[in-house]
Amino acid sequence: MDIQLKRGLLDVCVLAAIKDEDSYGYKIIKDMKPYIQLSESTLYTILKRLETAAMLTVRTAEHGGRLRKYYRITPAGKRRIEEFKGEWQEMVSIYRFVTKEDTDE
Amino acid sequence: MNKQEFLDKLRAGLSGLPRQDVEERLAFYAEMIDDRTEDGLSEAEAVAAVGTVEEIVAQVLAETPFAKLAVERVKPKHRLKGWEIVLLVLGSPLWLSLVIAAVSVIFSLYAVLWSLIVALWSLFGAFVGGAFGGLLGGIVLALTVNPPAGLALIAAGLVLAGLSILLFIGCKAATAGIVWLTKRILLGMKNALLKKEEIQ
Repeated sequence: MDIQLKRGLLDVCVLAAIKDEDSYGYKIIKDMKPYIQLSESTLYTILKRLETAAMLTVRTAEHGGRLRKYYRITPAGKRRIEEFKGEWQEMVSIYRFVTKEDTDE
Repeated sequence: MNKQEFLDKLRAGLSGLPRQDVEERLAFYAEMIDDRTEDGLSEAEAVAAVGTVEEIVAQVLAETPFAKLAVERVKPKHRLKGWEIVLLVLGSPLWLSLVIAAVSVIFSLYAVLWSLIVALWSLFGAFVGGAFGGLLGGIVLALTVNPPAGLALIAAGLVLAGLSILLFIGCKAATAGIVWLTKRILLGMKNALLKKEEIQ
């Protein structure tokens, strides 16, 4: 898949993974696994990017005698998910147009 | 490989990054490994699951801008002492001109490569122009004053047209080659900057 396109899609996936409750790295990967395989280094980059874009906030909390980072979605992050749903309609239209000839035959 | 070995190896691989970046990444991977062991995996399995150090370093390399690596390379590891600053300032006519010279050399090499490409494409343009000119001029000449000379001109035009097709293939390959070479050189330079500890 086109790298730019995939990057944007994965950003929304990670936002969706923390949409309902705060989550941590391993849980995000586990929650996404049935749908999409995500490597640790890719997730790290996405989380950094979303943090810079103020779409999520990070807090460190203790868990079982060690530290764990928890990610929480911001209003801007929630807006991004809604935007994506709108964009998706457009994507579906583009897909229909691109595959139009296949179905005509 | 156990967790500590993995983290040590990763630290060595990322040594060209700013210290804070390295610590953050290491903490991230440590957390990932701990969470997997908590989930029932053995330490070795958990380490294997987060990927190899080589893969991680390769990905970091691709994502980090060249400028960031270069700045980190020249940044001093400790706060500069007074006499060091004095030396830097006094020595600036020397090192500054050396840096400027080095940058200029790299830039001129780059410019030479691209001039070569421009020259090749200009040659191609000249061939195409010659082919069209020969054909049109030849036809006019053949139909009017001098049919034999006109035919010769048409033949010359056709030869040029044939050559320009060959030249087009060559030009395309050369351009692609230079673009590829430029990317390789950039990646090679980034690689050298990221793994500075191993080089020294």
